[in-house]
Amino acid sequence: MKMTGAKIVMECLLEQQVDTVFGYPGGTILNLYDELYNYSDKIRHIRTAHEQGASHAADGYARSTGKVGVCFATSGPGATNLVTGIATAYMDSSPVVFITCNVGKGLIGKDAFQEVDITGITMPITKTNYIVKRAEDLADVIREAFAIARSGRPGPVLIDILKNATAEEAEYVPMKRSYHHLEGRLGALISRASHNMKAPEPELADIEKLVDMIEYSEKPLLICGGGVVRSQAHMEFEEFANRIDSPVAVTVMGGGGFHGRNALTTGMIGMHGSQASNMAVDNCDLLIAFGCRFSDRVALDPTSFAKQAKIVQVDIDRSEINKNVVTDHHIIGDARRVLDMLNERITPKSHREWKEYVFSFPTQTDYVLASETLNPRQITDSIDRLCPRDVIVATDVGQHQMWTIQHLHYSYPGQLLTSGGFGAMGFGLGAAIGAKVSHPDKIVLHMTGDGSFRMNLNELHTVATYNLPIITILFDNHTLGMVRQWQTLIYDQHYMATDIGAEVDYIKLAEAYGLSGRRVTNQADFEEALKEAMACGRGYIIDCVLDIDEKVKPMVNNGAPITKFLILD
Amino acid sequence: MEKKRYTLAIMVDNESGVLSRVSSLFSRKGYNIESIAAGTLETPNVTRITIEVLADDDNQINLLCNQVRKLFPVHSVKLLNSSQSIRRELVLIKVKTENSEERNEIIQISNIFRASIVDVATNSLTIAIIGEEEKTEAIINLLQKHGILEMGRTGILALERGAFTLDEDTKVRGEFDYGKNVR
Repeated sequence: MKMTGAKIVMECLLEQQVDTVFGYPGGTILNLYDELYNYSDKIRHIRTAHEQGASHAADGYARSTGKVGVCFATSGPGATNLVTGIATAYMDSSPVVFITCNVGKGLIGKDAFQEVDITGITMPITKTNYIVKRAEDLADVIREAFAIARSGRPGPVLIDILKNATAEEAEYVPMKRSYHHLEGRLGALISRASHNMKAPEPELADIEKLVDMIEYSEKPLLICGGGVVRSQAHMEFEEFANRIDSPVAVTVMGGGGFHGRNALTTGMIGMHGSQASNMAVDNCDLLIAFGCRFSDRVALDPTSFAKQAKIVQVDIDRSEINKNVVTDHHIIGDARRVLDMLNERITPKSHREWKEYVFSFPTQTDYVLASETLNPRQITDSIDRLCPRDVIVATDVGQHQMWTIQHLHYSYPGQLLTSGGFGAMGFGLGAAIGAKVSHPDKIVLHMTGDGSFRMNLNELHTVATYNLPIITILFDNHTLGMVRQWQTLIYDQHYMATDIGAEVDYIKLAEAYGLSGRRVTNQADFEEALKEAMACGRGYIIDCVLDIDEKVKPMVNNGAPITKFLILD
Repeated sequence: MEKKRYTLAIMVDNESGVLSRVSSLFSRKGYNIESIAAGTLETPNVTRITIEVLADDDNQINLLCNQVRKLFPVHSVKLLNSSQSIRRELVLIKVKTENSEERNEIIQISNIFRASIVDVATNSLTIAIIGEEEKTEAIINLLQKHGILEMGRTGILALERGAFTLDEDTKVRGEFDYGKNVR
């Protein structure tokens, strides 16, 4: 049937079972919003305070549900405001479809009002992107975009639609999602072996070789990376770890991929990795990494990383193999499929002595009690004790992020939402909004620092407007703590531009948005505030006062061997 | 470390922006494109891009190939073996000629190199030469003393010798398996 481009977009979103869109309206995208008005019973629109917040919210929605997130923005500044959010999704392989509208055909290239080449800008940070000039191309492109976003290694895709294409009419033929791969652009793409949209099937010979390597290994170590989370392979991974009785180190992105309360976990690995994790890397004889690219925050010094071990990399993306660390063996495939195949073939092992060695080192750091302030462990310990086990935790970036990941126990994919690859301060509140919208029944914590919070605290407005009971736990130390920590340890205590002062009254800020809040300086008050926050049913800020010199421990310097701790405890 | 020169043949969809998609990937990953040539083929809507690039070693170039393979408009990427492929470039050179003696000398040089004279004017000659760098650089060096007024080159094009073609599945597979037991 004939309909406008805008209506085709809505119908295509319904084909993809999209129920929620995050976005912000503007001039060129008005046709889409006008049509969204007619679809508001089927598609819920969440308007944020800023496009960046919308981009992070769509990302948080995608990470916490495993579905494709959708985000709308207008041309020009609307589109460029998405850029940080797109890059965040790209670095952490999160499936989000961004739809922007550009000026009409006659104005393209004329430097029209709010015109920008957003496909050019986002080329390096999307899996692919499109500019759609005609309404008849829309359905085809949208179907391909969603398939690409969710297939293989997931990631963001951007569709830029010219305004005329949203107004013009074209023929739309409804098609169920299960038929999309048979026709049109997507059909043509899939017919090529290189882009068949399927995860590569692991090769049996590779699996058997790994089984052999495990058989001969006396000191194995597993790394749980973000790929385990994206593939929702946490059950299979746990079974595998239990079977070969191997310690498991977890990356920042791997949080939720391995049960944090399993006795085999050595905690976080890398720059702020636990002693147990990092010592295990240095001493293991076989290191098997699942869905982990050995970034510079994990393999700080690639040449000395796991120097005694055979390194095996399991990844869905061929181009990650041998990128940062040279491996001895690799398997290309989806983590879950690989683990299934391994679990069928592995004979149970026991590594008591090796585990005794690894777990003779601490998996977490203790912090000294101060009388005037809270310490980070008091906050995380109380959360661990008081919050339900399925609490969703969204973090910003910095010290609080490391503490949150080091000391809370995650048990399922999508429980921890954090900007691990891109490290975008301001991610947390947006992501928390995305998570709360999709999981109204779960408690959602937004862990933040005073630096990160100030990046996107305008989204408190979204929290208030849509009455999303998100609990913001603010690690308030009046400084950009992580940067200050580097200045203390590496830059001769030259505290340049890091101390951000105490002039903001966050409780009054909460009240300004119609939310509640409380400032706390000890654990008893924190717990009381947390209980109140969970019960109150609306947005709540707990302003936790921390010492300005509190540090994330342990720490290994950039590029240093992984056991050369700059500070321990 | 001495960098090695590699030749890649990349088959892509002939759509707008595809050249910048491919070329920007190289600079993004820290590689400088030494030579690039693109043109449509006998198959409709397919373009062949030939790129020459310097890289440290085979692992580096294989990583890069796999990055290029991930681009959606890319059909296939082939790393061409330099000893088993034909590489050619077309160079057009406009040379100043003061007098007939000089003109004759230049015509002689181009005959030796099997270059062709494609334009003659009273005080200039334009020469077209096809070959690998060794040949083209040699004639450029010889012509330099006469004064090169203008020059243009297509960039290197390369095809494998024999009946192998780019899309042959087994060869691509072989490249995917690089790096096993590299230590």
